[in-house]
Amino acid sequence: MKSKSGAIAAVLPMYIFTLAFVLGPLIYMLVMSFLARGASWGITTEVTPRNYLHILQPAYLKTFTQSLRLALLTTGLAILFGYPFGYFMARLSPKSRDRCMLLLIIPFWTNSLLRLYGWMIIFRANGPLDVFLMGLNITHAPLKLLYTYPAVAVGMIYALLPFMIYSVYASAEKMDWSLVEASRDLGASSFRAFLTVTLPLTMPGLYSGIILTFIPSMGLYFIADLLGGNKIVLVGNLIQEQLMRVHDWPFAAALSVILMLMTTLFLFVYRKITRAVGSADSKLEGLV
Amino acid sequence: MKKHVFLPNLYLGLILVLMYLPILMVIVYSFNVSKNSSMWEGFTFSWYKELFADKSMFEALRNSLILALLSAGSAVVIGTLAAVGMARTKLRGAGAMEYLATIPIMAPEIILGMVFLAFFSLLGIPFGMLTLVISHTAFCIPYVFLLVKARLAGLDKSYAEAARDLGASQIRAFLDITMPSILPAILSGALLAIAMSLDDVIISVFVTGVNTNTLPIKIYTQIKTGITPKTNALCTVLFGFTMLLGILSMRKSRRDL
Repeated sequence: MKSKSGAIAAVLPMYIFTLAFVLGPLIYMLVMSFLARGASWGITTEVTPRNYLHILQPAYLKTFTQSLRLALLTTGLAILFGYPFGYFMARLSPKSRDRCMLLLIIPFWTNSLLRLYGWMIIFRANGPLDVFLMGLNITHAPLKLLYTYPAVAVGMIYALLPFMIYSVYASAEKMDWSLVEASRDLGASSFRAFLTVTLPLTMPGLYSGIILTFIPSMGLYFIADLLGGNKIVLVGNLIQEQLMRVHDWPFAAALSVILMLMTTLFLFVYRKITRAVGSADSKLEGLV
Repeated sequence: MKKHVFLPNLYLGLILVLMYLPILMVIVYSFNVSKNSSMWEGFTFSWYKELFADKSMFEALRNSLILALLSAGSAVVIGTLAAVGMARTKLRGAGAMEYLATIPIMAPEIILGMVFLAFFSLLGIPFGMLTLVISHTAFCIPYVFLLVKARLAGLDKSYAEAARDLGASQIRAFLDITMPSILPAILSGALLAIAMSLDDVIISVFVTGVNTNTLPIKIYTQIKTGITPKTNALCTVLFGFTMLLGILSMRKSRRDL
């Protein structure tokens, strides 16, 4: 009995904090999304579905599809580049594995703005990339890649690739490689062994990698902001603009509710799948 | 057979080089004489001199450090206690609470920024260090909580029970038996929380006051409005700092193993 009251006392701070500063704000967001905005600032108490109807305008719908497309592209390319990396890394000797991990962690520890800024320097007109490509005679005029879609895509992939690598690595490292050998001994080609043994066994890592890249990529508005100029508008940029410049808070709230619903749906599907594949709590194993 | 090792290693190396390329660029251009050209025009330390002469820079650094320590500190206390409490007894609604508590690291950051901005202005809390600490604590708690919880799950409970049987009080058994074994998890949770807090721009931009700058906010505004190599110098110093921190924690965790 005493142990129970002790446990309650221990969890109490987190319960209170979470109710007050996570649930509270989220409920307020939901309520606000159904209110009308004030004449120039703030909100009124008039209840209206207008904010949600507003989203159905073609310009805003386009923002959503553009965000989804970029998130899918980012996740797809992160798999393409990250999966082989995590896989090869798991096959290294323990010593080089440690070294590789350290080399991966350092950029991850580095401030994300700094790394973004590095890409801005590289992509500048007549910047290092242009000088390099023109020097090799591959291109003949500056590409002017800064403030274009490819620049934003590179920035996104760059920021999120480590998450994919860690997740894939974590499950590939735990894998029993003798299973692959067994299938090879039984006559499977190395491609077939990969497809029928390695891939299914590393699926949990791949799934958590997808979650860890897809969800953030919907909200990383500052990457689109810095590398895309004003040309690429994602849901995140739209919310930021409505909050800080247009001051239409209820509309920003409605946008956030939709984004939140999309995220929750995605997480729900993910939980279903990972439970089916039989992965343990892998939420953080890719991160640390 | 040799080909099998060479190609993967080449691939690993290539991706790693690409990872460091932007960081390298920032460092190289922090020593460039020219102010706005991307051409290399000679080597200079003058941007560093200008950086260290700037008082507002140190103020932003101080704010960032205070913020990171306060929020990671609160997260360590709140998150560890909750993980220990939940491991001890099954409480009703624990699953739902866990889901709610981890929302801050699962949901897109822009949503957190938006809801905190709206909520704090509803409550009339003045924007500044207090609002920054509350919102950073919110996304620091899950890191500590999840790591400590995972560590506790893999722990042999019989040691703590044995201590209790031998007459140790509950608190004593916790301090002598449980605490030492979850300490590595608490430490890595704390380091992760500090790193995330020091790195955050999105949430901070929304909940900061006019007079409270953190280093990431400062860099963000500098990059948005006229870039000078002073920004590069600042970034380079910051990079050196994180390198040091990263290597220290790496060496520490290796010793723990």
